[in-house]
Amino acid sequence: MTDLAWIDAALVSARPKVVGALLRHFRDLDTAQEAFQEASLRALRHWPANGPPRDAPAWLIMVARNVAIDGKRRQAREAPLPEEEHLSDLGDAEAPLAERLDAADYRDDVLRLLFICCHPALTPPQQIPLALRIVSGVPLREIARAFLVSEAAMEQRITRAKARIAAAALPFETPGALERAERLQAVSAMVYLLFNEGYSAGADPDRAALAAEAIRLARLLLRLFPAEPEIMGLLALFLLQQARWEARFDAEGATVLLEAQERGRWNGGMIAEGLALIDKAMRHRTPGPYQIQAAIAALHARAARPEETDWPQIDLLYAALERLQPSPVVTLNRAVAVSKTRGAGAALEMVEPLAERLAGYFPFHGLRGALLRELGRATEARVAFGQAIALAGTVAEADHIRRHLDELRGNS
Amino acid sequence: MLYAILCYDSEDVVWSWTKEEEAAAMARLGAVQEKLAQQGRLGPVARLLPTTSATTLRKGAVPLVIDGPFAETKEQLLGFYIVECTDLDQALETARELAAASSTAGAFEIRPLALFRPGGAVAG
Repeated sequence: MTDLAWIDAALVSARPKVVGALLRHFRDLDTAQEAFQEASLRALRHWPANGPPRDAPAWLIMVARNVAIDGKRRQAREAPLPEEEHLSDLGDAEAPLAERLDAADYRDDVLRLLFICCHPALTPPQQIPLALRIVSGVPLREIARAFLVSEAAMEQRITRAKARIAAAALPFETPGALERAERLQAVSAMVYLLFNEGYSAGADPDRAALAAEAIRLARLLLRLFPAEPEIMGLLALFLLQQARWEARFDAEGATVLLEAQERGRWNGGMIAEGLALIDKAMRHRTPGPYQIQAAIAALHARAARPEETDWPQIDLLYAALERLQPSPVVTLNRAVAVSKTRGAGAALEMVEPLAERLAGYFPFHGLRGALLRELGRATEARVAFGQAIALAGTVAEADHIRRHLDELRGNS
Repeated sequence: MLYAILCYDSEDVVWSWTKEEEAAAMARLGAVQEKLAQQGRLGPVARLLPTTSATTLRKGAVPLVIDGPFAETKEQLLGFYIVECTDLDQALETARELAAASSTAGAFEIRPLALFRPGGAVAG
């Protein structure tokens, strides 16, 4: 690795801790972000010659605070007196520097930073780009590309999100245990959405980067909360799914179904880590939605060939997930397992009652079509596949259904 | 004399390498390992999964299982075992046996391996 690449990686990894600590200190996102930016520039100037500091986050926090305070002093000379609260903050910051934060401080700082990004005043389309920008430091143009909007539009979206946050009351006090658990839950849900943005998007590498970022954030969360089984489950789930990345698309970028994937192309390292994490999580015997989903992914990962998949166990796990988190989408997924264990008829019975709630959901019509075809009800299957194509979100999805239709034509 | 060479680095950085960076780093290290192996000097080589996959067994009358890596600084790394286990439960069972056979305080950190090359026979 070159100097610059190493420093860049170190800055990216220090960023959540540093921006989190600066936000607690300055209580303003823009100030925290700009101060981090300036400290990063100084790191690029100083680290190649002097070597990286032993504690990179502490170095960055100290430099960023000095820089921001200098900036404020300069402004203060030109502007009217700052408010009382501001003055006391300045006093604080001038007190002995090199503040060494222990793990618990970092934990609450990083959690707060992430929690602010999934503030209830924000919509998910605002939350995820804001987190990518502020917590992960992903460049604006990359975020814009991943969400298929112009850079100007994305900048506006993030600016609006920040304005909303500034207008809302922000939680700067140290959270209690219950609040901490609630925040962790909200943040996990956002990281889960981020992963899905990347995972469900087809072969587009810009979007795939979102899944990689979600993995990085889940790792960060687990390091902050090493004993949380649901966070172990979250990271395990991401790793086990992302392990299939290379096998999920063919040379034209079309989706390859799980059953047809070349399992040798799955990433063995990610699978080993995912399995180790889910093993560790299960020992706690406090199942949760992420652990169950990871356990399902683990059963797929453990099957060397599709025929070896433990479908009865997958059916049981989906049933447990249905109880914890009832949703028609979970039932739909369970129906896939049921079709393997009890046949297409039983699965279709499970799927039909979902028709109204999943009328606009592409996979519903795709699965229904496949089940009808298996039962020899070709005409109805064709109608279902037609509805699926109309709802397909990507070209790959539509192509996939078209192949089913072609096969139906070939058979009849 | 046999020497263990323990690798310390930032896992944030190492575990966010791209496939190409990973392959390049492993190729450079592999060349050194190859040379050592030809000289008959290389024993087992292992790479550990990240600390997030670690579990720690604190020795004591009733050993305490803690999620996460061993983080104290009062104790130093004194040695290691590589043991085949079916799962974490069996690994913990093994660590408990070792703890029962040990008269000191301290801890065992259990880390799954990402890679293991047994290496050739090395004179002791």
